[in-house]
Amino acid sequence: MDIHEYQAKKILSDFGVTIPRGGIVYSPENAENKAREIGGSKWVVKAQIHSGARGKAGGIIICNTPLEVAQATDKLLGKKLVTNQTGPEGKIVNRIYIEEATDIEKELYLGLVFDRSSESIMVVASTEGGMSVEEISKEKPETIIRSKIEVAVGMQNFQARELAFGLGIESDLIRRASDTIIGCYKAFSELDATMVEVNPLVISKQKQILALDCKMSFDNNAMFRRSQVSELRDKTQEDSKEIFASDRGLNYVSLDGNIGNIINGAGLAMASMDMIQLAGGSPANFLDVGGGATPEKIVKAFKLITMDEKVKVILVNIFAGINRCDWVAEGIVEALKKIEIKVPLVIRLAGTNVEKGNKILKESKINYIEANTLEDAANKAVAVLNK
Amino acid sequence: MTVLIDKNTKIIIQGFTGKMGSFHADEMIKYGSNVVGGVTPGKGGTKHLNLPVFNTVKEAVNKTGADASILFVPPAFAADSAMEAADAGIKNCVAIVDGIPSHDMIRIKRYMRRYTKSSKMTLVGPNCAGIISPGKAMLGIMPGHIYQEGRVGIISRSGTLGYEAAQQLKNLNIGVSTSVGIGGDPINGSSFRDIIEKFEKDDGTDVVLMIGEIGGPQEVAAGEFAKENMKKPVIAYIAGLTAPKGRVMGHAGAIVSAYGESAIEKVEILKECGITISKNPSVMGDTVKSVLEKM
Repeated sequence: MDIHEYQAKKILSDFGVTIPRGGIVYSPENAENKAREIGGSKWVVKAQIHSGARGKAGGIIICNTPLEVAQATDKLLGKKLVTNQTGPEGKIVNRIYIEEATDIEKELYLGLVFDRSSESIMVVASTEGGMSVEEISKEKPETIIRSKIEVAVGMQNFQARELAFGLGIESDLIRRASDTIIGCYKAFSELDATMVEVNPLVISKQKQILALDCKMSFDNNAMFRRSQVSELRDKTQEDSKEIFASDRGLNYVSLDGNIGNIINGAGLAMASMDMIQLAGGSPANFLDVGGGATPEKIVKAFKLITMDEKVKVILVNIFAGINRCDWVAEGIVEALKKIEIKVPLVIRLAGTNVEKGNKILKESKINYIEANTLEDAANKAVAVLNK
Repeated sequence: MTVLIDKNTKIIIQGFTGKMGSFHADEMIKYGSNVVGGVTPGKGGTKHLNLPVFNTVKEAVNKTGADASILFVPPAFAADSAMEAADAGIKNCVAIVDGIPSHDMIRIKRYMRRYTKSSKMTLVGPNCAGIISPGKAMLGIMPGHIYQEGRVGIISRSGTLGYEAAQQLKNLNIGVSTSVGIGGDPINGSSFRDIIEKFEKDDGTDVVLMIGEIGGPQEVAAGEFAKENMKKPVIAYIAGLTAPKGRVMGHAGAIVSAYGESAIEKVEILKECGITISKNPSVMGDTVKSVLEKM
């Protein structure tokens, strides 16, 4: 789960990281007042969307009067911003963050991620703040410093100090810089984050160390114990079909093709997509109904697939282990009573109780094409499409 | 011989009396696994499926001599249960459960560092189908009838794709020594490399089929291990050629976020390690067959 910049900064400040003064607004009038409240003579108006690279897309505007702040807010609110991370459809701006402008002396990069090789938390830092970490590793790899943190004992002061000295921070500021790095680490480890990125982390002309921008992602599997974090979810930033799916316990990713898939197991779903492509077709989605696919889940899966107008044929591929083919068949029959399907349907069942499952389907008199293998299913789906 | 489990393995079920625990315990017993009891805190002293229920794993191990366990507990309690199993002296533990937080997985693995190599539990999973040694024992949730007894070792991140492979092999009259589902999470108990090493040492296994997918470094690590240390041929299929970058494809661990993590890159690296690639998921069986014929 991703959250907005202003939410991430609030979290950082709770962990002792300094952030510029700012506030969230939902209207231009509100924005003007907020600017006066913050004070100063220069403000930054920042569109809140779940994406980086907002500056290049026109989502960040520097203003010199409260009136300009109001105008900039008016310009951004309700607009769809397209960045290199949002896809061509862009993301809608519903919230604006107003912040005092910072006199920047130096921009740094600080990121924390899970390192799957060492199974620890990896802190990555660079003197080249403002660029993406991909750009830094391509163009200035020598500036990158890394530190692996042993999660059982957490980050130690010396590790934070080494990073701070490694970034060339002057002696007077080392203490403050290590506190900032440790604050980011604590936010990561105490809130079940999967990514914390402060970019840039700046040293201001007034010798303050500030988190100027921050991105955070959290482990969806841990949200049951992080209710305060899960409340920060903003569904307007997510694909509506993907929300429909995740709210119903389905794993769904929208794709560009026209063959809709209902499959159990993520690996089998990816493999089926690969087979569709090899057979000359193109998948409209990735959809894993999960291990314990109940008839109710199958009904929901059909609802979801039929919401997608791109879909010209539906391919159901279930290899039952934890779930059983007869449950799946009942789910399919149940779904087709409730939902009218106007496109051809190819069904392949295998595994536990496959005979029972196929028998239920045949006796139900639903209109479908039976397939026996993975290849057979993909070929039949593509063939019926080309008819 | 087999890897990890055999007919003599004494199995307990953690989360025994729940719906999933009961259903799959029954399936394992029907398959012939030596299930000796189960654990549900608070229900100790009762009987379930005609087997004793214990309050703690330690008690279950003391009374039954169990050396393997399988977890059917909700994700929030799974880390605790796995550590309890490790502490009670269980040798092999399979975590079926999907949805364990990554921070908890790291905690389990750090916890287990306190044990010496010989006394350390092997954790398989989470978010996996478990282990089966066809004709001998099943410590998992797979449909047992699709596995024929034989000499091919299977390691798979995906459960259903592992079934697919077993079925294809059976259709070609090729059997399996042991199939291990290592699970689809970013941090798991045993990696491809951990299991492939066990297969190399197993005199009941001739070749190993590795079924990987996008995301993470484990397939490549196993490939490099195989290149340096293995005499037995390895065949691999990597799912997700069509998966878009940066998106989680169902499995929490199936996301391309760095170089070497896409299916195409993994296939290239594995080829360089001398591994035979199954070019699509419907020829996994045929590819194994052709390798066996050349031996």
